[in-house]
Amino acid sequence: MAKSALLKSSIAKKVAMALSGIFLMLFLAQHFFINMTSVFSSDTFNSISHFMGNNPLVQFVIQPILIVGVIFHFTMGFVLEIQNRNARPISYAKNNGAANSSWTSRNMIYSGVVVLAFLGLHFYDFWFPEMVYKYVEVSPLDETRYFHELVAKFESPVRTGLYSLSFILLALHLWHGFSSSFQSVGFNNKYSRSLKAFGYAFAIVIPFGFIFIALFHHFNH
Amino acid sequence: MKLTLKIWRQKNAQDKGAMVDYQIDGIEPDMSFLEMLDVFNEDLMSKGGEPVAFDHDCREGICGMCSLFINGEAHGPDRGVTTCQLHMRMFKDGDTITIEPFRAAAFPVVKDLVVNRSAFDRIQHAGGFISVNTSGNTIDANAIPINKQDADDAFDAATCIGCGACVASCKNSSAMLFVAAKVSQYALLPQGKIEATDRVLNMVSQMDAEGFGNCSNTGACEVECPKGISLENIARMNREYLSASMKG
Repeated sequence: MAKSALLKSSIAKKVAMALSGIFLMLFLAQHFFINMTSVFSSDTFNSISHFMGNNPLVQFVIQPILIVGVIFHFTMGFVLEIQNRNARPISYAKNNGAANSSWTSRNMIYSGVVVLAFLGLHFYDFWFPEMVYKYVEVSPLDETRYFHELVAKFESPVRTGLYSLSFILLALHLWHGFSSSFQSVGFNNKYSRSLKAFGYAFAIVIPFGFIFIALFHHFNH
Repeated sequence: MKLTLKIWRQKNAQDKGAMVDYQIDGIEPDMSFLEMLDVFNEDLMSKGGEPVAFDHDCREGICGMCSLFINGEAHGPDRGVTTCQLHMRMFKDGDTITIEPFRAAAFPVVKDLVVNRSAFDRIQHAGGFISVNTSGNTIDANAIPINKQDADDAFDAATCIGCGACVASCKNSSAMLFVAAKVSQYALLPQGKIEATDRVLNMVSQMDAEGFGNCSNTGACEVECPKGISLENIARMNREYLSASMKG
């Protein structure tokens, strides 16, 4: 089979979607643990943030890979959604989807679009100012600024609310996405039940942990 | 039982089609769904109407010919049955029942509730077989030792009757469960391993060419499958496909 045909195949697309999803979940977990330090120690949060923001490996290797991963995941999501819609040009007059599948599994595109919109806000809040600070204005290194920047963002009740709402949608996305990604790469065996349970825990702990962090800084500073 | 039927009527493949409401009385709870439609058609014809076309053959749940999307589910609200095994006792007197054809771009409507499922045949032709020289000393399949678990899993996959309920139930009209069952039934057996690489590549390629959607792992296919074909088969097909892609 030609390589071009392989890349076009439905299974290859789903595997690519799953692998990028697993990569993004790993990123999400490390982001969560770093943010969680802000609840306990501003110094620890500052030093980790400074490391992540100035380490060449993180900045120039991992960060570009992450951005490519994000863009790939949502672009492929839209491509698959368009193909899937074309596969049924005439809808059912009555379709009882709830009888055989979960709401989260049927609405990944909607939960995903909300998470994508959130990423726009998140980049506007943190990533773009950070890039301008470091690479455009070339401001002096300040190892203590990160905690204050974080706290300042969560002063706004609207932003805190939007973040919380987005993370609820992220939880719904992960509720199906975690186990689905492993099924797509062919992992379905005696460990799948345990993996699914871990996935449900992940889908609750990580997003609601982020909500806790946002609310903690909103109400404590 | 007195029922209101909302049925998709479409004269031919070119016709736009529409849902039409009908009333029917005198339906017994012990009738099968197809018997109900027989009674309904006789009543319709006695009044000079055109009978509703629908697919059926064995009426024993083994041929895979009957279809129908009933009240929003392939083969109706019961589990593990085809439409011919669905009984009217699953409904209540006074119910409204919506009856539609299986919907998918790859399953075009021929007439009313009849759809063309030849896409499945073409996928089978692409690799859903083993090549055996039948002239001369054919080896008895039972002479080859096969692990019991593999034999059971292969048999479970082979119970797929190719009705298309998986495609009809899937929000993406994906045929993954059907193709996965056909790939799995051979992939697990020694006779099937020889052509395993070409089989999975060719069958998936044909599946994509037919215009079926992608798998979102909603699991709707597994729930609605009258034969209970497991999602494990899709994971197996994905593994087979990835491994075949590396070799091919």
